[in-house]
Amino acid sequence: MMKLIYRDKEWELAHGMTIRDAIIKIGLNPEAVLPLRQGKLISEDNIGQENDVITLIAVVSGG
Amino acid sequence: MLKCRKCGQPAVINMRHHRLALCETHFLDWVPARVQHTIEHFQMFRPDERVLVAVSGGKDSLALWDILTRLGYQTEGVYINLGIADGGYSQLSQSKVEQFAASRGGLRYQVVDVQETYGWSVPALARHRRRGHKTCSLCGLIKRHIMNRIAYEGGFSAIATGHNLDDEAAVLMQNTLHWETGYLGRQSPVLPATHPRLARKVKPLCLLYERETAAYALVRGIDYIYDECPYSVGATTLFYKELLNQLESRSVAAKQNFYLTFLKAKEEGLVKFVEPAEVELSTCERCGQPTSAQGLCAFCRLWEPERQTAPENGSELPAAGDVDG
Repeated sequence: MMKLIYRDKEWELAHGMTIRDAIIKIGLNPEAVLPLRQGKLISEDNIGQENDVITLIAVVSGG
Repeated sequence: MLKCRKCGQPAVINMRHHRLALCETHFLDWVPARVQHTIEHFQMFRPDERVLVAVSGGKDSLALWDILTRLGYQTEGVYINLGIADGGYSQLSQSKVEQFAASRGGLRYQVVDVQETYGWSVPALARHRRRGHKTCSLCGLIKRHIMNRIAYEGGFSAIATGHNLDDEAAVLMQNTLHWETGYLGRQSPVLPATHPRLARKVKPLCLLYERETAAYALVRGIDYIYDECPYSVGATTLFYKELLNQLESRSVAAKQNFYLTFLKAKEEGLVKFVEPAEVELSTCERCGQPTSAQGLCAFCRLWEPERQTAPENGSELPAAGDVDG
């Protein structure tokens, strides 16, 4: 399993799919978020690994 | 794993609309190069000109300041504290600007506190006036006036703002759906100075997706204000950005094509918008800034009722004869 975190919400999903597909699966638009793994930006084309914790940052913010 | 096109290392970003995936290092090279191209293509400013960067503490304006500094341009920041108390928004935004400037070896910037300078915060003024002025339109008017004043006093050639391609495409969509031909005619990466007291307005990030400016800020370790302005909740621009992102996810490069084909069509004269009759600008009797109205400019008229009822906490409303307003 892998975990996705966005704002104050968390989702547990089966690993083995791309982060992009996982983002779509939880109902978000991949254009509107950036995925971080251990605080580092990663491409959404990466495959989610077992025990991955992916934090999603909203692209629109501030200003 | 997706690889960087330049070096084969793992990519941190895949920019589908450019068919370009890059690693951290090459993305941090690519962004300033893209901005440099934008500055040159639209003839925004030259290296010998001084540029005032309007910084809000958000990712776009801080990324812009960072990029222009890396490119070697002569910049100075200006932060306008609007006095938005909800969640400590303005104070937090200001602290982000201060921290950023300090972390880059003490970049030069000015802070203009609206409440300290004029006696009222923007939300308080909006509440007080009630009629006719919403907080966001007041905010825009006040920021434009202050930026023009600071640019004039400091002898800056251009005022640079952090508008990205998503901002521009959202405004374009909104104006197109409403056939706002006046706004469409004026929408441009560069607004030339139309008066000796007005600086050029430029948008050097207008060819970068918002996703790219956010990624740049993250990778560069820029600590920006993550929360949106409390008054922007439900703003129509955010709605149009969502719509455009839905289009983008179905049709790669939709946002870019929408905006760039508009600019190209205008440049090549394929679309023409009737220019409003040229208005002769006069000088505001109070602050000296150019205005299309007779007597007082919109900014000075805004404060006029408050001149009689200003609170006692150090109001410095523009006085007759003030050059700066």
